[in-house]
Amino acid sequence: MMNADTLTATKTMNMIEAINSAMDVMLARDDKVVVMGEDVGFFGGVFRATAGLQKKHGKTRVFDTPINECGIIGVAVGMGAYGLRPVPEIQFADYIYPGLDQLVSEAARLRYRSAADFICPMTVRTPFGGGIFGGQTHSQSPESIMTHICGVKTVIPSNPYDAKGLLIAAIEDNDPVVFLEPKRIYNGPFSGYYDRPVEPWSKHAASAVPEEYYRIELGRAATVREGEALTILAYGTMVHVTKTIVEEMGIDAEIIDLRTLLPLDIEAIETSVKKTGRCLVIHEATRTSGFGAELAALVQERCFYHLEAPVERVTGFDTPYPHSLEWAYFPGPVRIATALTKILKD
Amino acid sequence: MPESDRRPASNLPPLSLHIPEPRYRPGDTPDFGDIEVPAVDATPRPGEATKPDAMRDLCYGLVRVLDFDGAAKGQWDPKLSPERLRTMLRYMMLVRAFDDRMFRAQRQGKTSFYMKCTGEEATSVASTMALDRGDMCFPSYRQQGILIARDYPLIQMMNQIYSNRGDHLMGRQLPIMYSAPEHGFFSVSGNLATQYPQAVGWAMASASKGDSRIATVWCGEGSSAEGDFHSALTFATVYNAPVIFNVVNNQWAISSFSGFAGGERTTFAARAVGYGIAGLRIDGNDPLAVYAATQWAADRARTNNGPTLIEHFTYRSEGHSTSDDPTAYRPASEPTIWPFGDPIARLRQHLETLGEWDGERHEAQRSELDDLVKTTQKQSEKLGILGHGMHQPFETMFQDVFEEMPWHLKEQCTQMLAEQEAKFGPDWKPE
Repeated sequence: MMNADTLTATKTMNMIEAINSAMDVMLARDDKVVVMGEDVGFFGGVFRATAGLQKKHGKTRVFDTPINECGIIGVAVGMGAYGLRPVPEIQFADYIYPGLDQLVSEAARLRYRSAADFICPMTVRTPFGGGIFGGQTHSQSPESIMTHICGVKTVIPSNPYDAKGLLIAAIEDNDPVVFLEPKRIYNGPFSGYYDRPVEPWSKHAASAVPEEYYRIELGRAATVREGEALTILAYGTMVHVTKTIVEEMGIDAEIIDLRTLLPLDIEAIETSVKKTGRCLVIHEATRTSGFGAELAALVQERCFYHLEAPVERVTGFDTPYPHSLEWAYFPGPVRIATALTKILKD
Repeated sequence: MPESDRRPASNLPPLSLHIPEPRYRPGDTPDFGDIEVPAVDATPRPGEATKPDAMRDLCYGLVRVLDFDGAAKGQWDPKLSPERLRTMLRYMMLVRAFDDRMFRAQRQGKTSFYMKCTGEEATSVASTMALDRGDMCFPSYRQQGILIARDYPLIQMMNQIYSNRGDHLMGRQLPIMYSAPEHGFFSVSGNLATQYPQAVGWAMASASKGDSRIATVWCGEGSSAEGDFHSALTFATVYNAPVIFNVVNNQWAISSFSGFAGGERTTFAARAVGYGIAGLRIDGNDPLAVYAATQWAADRARTNNGPTLIEHFTYRSEGHSTSDDPTAYRPASEPTIWPFGDPIARLRQHLETLGEWDGERHEAQRSELDDLVKTTQKQSEKLGILGHGMHQPFETMFQDVFEEMPWHLKEQCTQMLAEQEAKFGPDWKPE
């Protein structure tokens, strides 16, 4: 297996370009890979993630679909049964619900119910999260709905380098993967301060992306910042927001980017929390029954006697994502700073 | 204020909501006299490449081959050899013998559930016989005839029904939810019509790879109301997918008559018109009509002329499943007065009319098939029956959720094994 360390030719890429490159590499390597979704063909996707792929790989490999998520995912299940490796795009994660039955009852169960007679090696790519004035139907974070399905893996990259390596691993995985792309950071990492200029990915080390094939194994977290004061568990956009606030406050926090929510890298979490004795969980999704609840439960089950303070959660509120009041909803600098102050005082 | 309280005074006539109601309920004397039965040779057979808009009449008519005197007539007659007809009869009789035996096994407490296809045998057996062996079938839950027509071992079906040690699905699926990839039979879901877009996806994949195999899929008229059905037809027409859609209109979806799927207003074959694909409405109790329509649709799909929707007009003679009592919602006499008779009786009559079959051979075959099913059942029961002993190692519960078992499932598996040890002791082994 090729490892990124052995690769030299890198190119500066943003998240979109890295995701595009992952599909480009896989379409070239494996003639079973097909990419499909609304507007992904000639046009190249509303976020440009598939730009140029149809021209390069042909119309039967990269093509537009009807506006029908049940059909997109259902057809992908059938293609998987034939032996293809479909990579359907759902234009916004908010649109995935019409296809949920095909995901929950079909894709996720096929291996189990048929005792591996049939499998579903499908990767559903979909942009998620807010901070782009998308209103309630273009901003949701449905990751805990996905992790609650048994038989689906849930992956969330936080930077271009990871996005490419994780997407390649997802496409090569023989089980269905929901690959949630934090669209707020497609073009640059987000500090959490919506009124500051956007910093492009080119200023970030993780924008140096090998042009070739490489994998980042699913189920492994990354330590974004080592520290002793507390452990912060985050993923996607919130990794960058958290890092900004921690550095501004001068807190020696250990930030763990989960990268894969299921299967979860429990070892990385346990090791870190046992070292720091405090744990803050951060996500943009609504609070109740969010993935943070699972993380908080796991941490207290496994690290209770190492904890010096209750596990804290910083999340979005339990409301639909509001349009005009987006930044009052978003778990931004004030909410994070308040939680940090509290957990460090306890 | 709720809208219901805000209704303004109006001199317009009041609206009324239509709730469909079948014409006959228990105690009524049903009469199917108004069902139109076109003459056997009245329906022309268009060429397989005919444009859908030039053959819309076929969505509203009824393709028939066998008349009620046992003669095969008209352009749709597939002109099968007597040998082939006898094979078809044998498969349908085997399905019925199997159904009767397994229904009884459920009543004897040997399994939890069973579903017969009595009266609908032709819709799967004759259909499968008109396909190529490599074509992929996406069944609903009442197409045991596909497996039988492809010579799938009966014992494997029974092992699955009993969830016993021989069940290659390891007891995970409700009885009759078979899976048989080597026989071109997709894993039965249990959620309705989900197989519809999947079949289209398989067909699209086959077409994109320049394969020559086509896909075929079944659902009931009731589940044609599901969104998946319409998703599938949309994708099929958009990509001109090589797929055959079968809607087995057996009039009843548990206790809901076909009116709750839109059957009061139009035919199910007519769904094809809106999608611009070919549609055929056929006598589903006429095995030769089923064969001919499937052959037509398969040739059409295989020559890149696109998908076909076939409505098999038939009748569910028995309950929905072993959990259903149809006399609670429909007259008990309905099945016996169904104007299209019984598919097995009709094919038998045809063979006898041809001088290729007789009552003695028929009875001999029936008894031979009963014996075959009974003998196989005994072999299967040696591998266990549901609810009597454990047939699968406990840890199989956690296998195949993913290709590789992640840590959280390993932990849960360890917990479950400890629970079983606490319950049964350390030396316990599955039978």
